[in-house]
Amino acid sequence: MLAESLALSAALFVIGVVGVLVHRNAIIIFMCVELMLTAVNLTFVAFSRFYGAAGQVFVVFVMTVSAAEAAVGLAIIIAIFRHRQTVDLKDINLLRG
Amino acid sequence: MEPHYPLFYVFHFYLFGVIALASAIAFVTRKSPVPAALWLVNTMFSLAVLFVMLDAQFIGVMQVLVYAGAIMVVFLFVVMLLNLGDPSELADMRGTGWKLSAGLVGLALLAEIMVIARARLPEQLVVAPAFNAQQQEKLNVVGMIAKPLFTDYLLAFELTSVLLLVAIAGAVVLGRGRAAGAR
Repeated sequence: MLAESLALSAALFVIGVVGVLVHRNAIIIFMCVELMLTAVNLTFVAFSRFYGAAGQVFVVFVMTVSAAEAAVGLAIIIAIFRHRQTVDLKDINLLRG
Repeated sequence: MEPHYPLFYVFHFYLFGVIALASAIAFVTRKSPVPAALWLVNTMFSLAVLFVMLDAQFIGVMQVLVYAGAIMVVFLFVVMLLNLGDPSELADMRGTGWKLSAGLVGLALLAEIMVIARARLPEQLVVAPAFNAQQQEKLNVVGMIAKPLFTDYLLAFELTSVLLLVAIAGAVVLGRGRAAGAR
């Protein structure tokens, strides 16, 4: 089942990448990032069957980091929304040259 | 090589894999955030099933609790907190040029990953089939993760707690707004 897991994980990751590129809603883009992190978790778990529990320990770390990332990122989105009344990335382009 | 799997196992593995993939595609094609979040929850649940089938029961439970439970609820809270008005005002997708180039980037990435997987997998991989099953018998399902987490990876674990503390502080500072900060 290793090859299938890796293929599924790659497909999910790529779907996440395409979602980040295609969407303009900042919240959905954050969800796409979560999808990418979870796809990587699947790779870790699939390999951990062959290399021992270290892969699963790394999954725990990835989950923690993604939880922290979601908390901070959503707080940033709320702060931006309070400022600009939108979460549309088309209208949030202060740093564009 | 990998052990032989019964047909029952293989069937359910493919079933939940296809569900995860289909939900992910449905998730990424939604325009408004709430249906997208619900499809993503579906993907997370299917992936939790796959984790359990891959001998990672604890990770499967964590997946349901942390991702499908906590993180997605936070996302939905934010969607409702922002009160984004009627659906026509919602930020939708980018134009056709963006979609095409995003699809091309996706295909290129997928091809790259597949090529790497094909080139590297056969010779380097197979170490100890059913290694985790033996570990699980020796320790138990949680102990298998807890033992390395609190011995080999103790420093990383402690740093993770610092990371979480900083994230909480940052979220509170960013989220409280100007009115509360004015004193």
